[in-house]
Amino acid sequence: MDTRDATIINQLQGGFPITERPYAEVAKTLAITEKELIERLENLLAEGLLSRFGPLYHAERLGGGLTLAALHVPDEGFDRVAEQVNHFPEVAHNYQREHHLNMWFVLATETAERIDEVLTEIEQKTGCRVYNVPKIEEFFVGLRFEL
Amino acid sequence: MNTVIDTTDRRIIAVTQGGLPLTPRPYAIIAAQLGLDANDVMTRMQRMLDSGAIRRIGAVPNHYALGFKGNGMSVWDVPDDAIKEAGQTIGALDFVSHCYHRPRHPPTWPYNLFAMVHGRDRAEVDEKVRHIAAILGAKNRGHEVLFSTRILKKTGLRIVG
Repeated sequence: MDTRDATIINQLQGGFPITERPYAEVAKTLAITEKELIERLENLLAEGLLSRFGPLYHAERLGGGLTLAALHVPDEGFDRVAEQVNHFPEVAHNYQREHHLNMWFVLATETAERIDEVLTEIEQKTGCRVYNVPKIEEFFVGLRFEL
Repeated sequence: MNTVIDTTDRRIIAVTQGGLPLTPRPYAIIAAQLGLDANDVMTRMQRMLDSGAIRRIGAVPNHYALGFKGNGMSVWDVPDDAIKEAGQTIGALDFVSHCYHRPRHPPTWPYNLFAMVHGRDRAEVDEKVRHIAAILGAKNRGHEVLFSTRILKKTGLRIVG
């Protein structure tokens, strides 16, 4: 990654145009060619420095459900419970964290009603109490990376 | 608030939630895939962007790969009548990527304000958390930072299909 890649990452976290030749438009502002911009994005994705390039959808505004939930999982059963939780396709992310509540996962469902159903199924399957912490209010979401 | 989206919008979401085609005319490619007109795809995506159904379009950085390895979920117990102001102040800090009001589950979980803090390592995150604590002052009745030790799953949100 060079300084031009860093500029691309810094400047292109939003605002990508919805026009016939969007890459050409952005390339112009970066003083590079359309071809170079596309190649650099391909490389950044291939190297895993970008996890995605495209629209970021707002699940709840599309009628879907989204929540964050936590479990306390005893050490000896941890990997088995991780497998049980990950098995649900609605589980989008799952992290082990250093805390009494040591497993934290994000659930995204196609309908809002489905959230409670899946959480109940997870409780039944794992035998662990689910601590559901859906957002009450969002103050900020975004990444303001400055490389 | 839900935005009114129809089945054609959902088909567009299904083929773009993983990313845009990296070709000179990405929207025309999407349109061809779905048997639609490129202008129709652009109009629909613009409408979803304007309504907030699309938060933004662009690069989604992988902060681990970029060297931001110290991601800490900082959680705070703030009086309910102070949460709005606290959340707006903390959410505006440039090292906070997500900031939410979430419910408590006392006594196990007394925290109602979540702020994801990013830094190059744990020490940098700890320093930023001290900065938040200083801002909250007496409104901070207790806090913790939960560092992740392992990613167990990360598929990204599949909203449709």
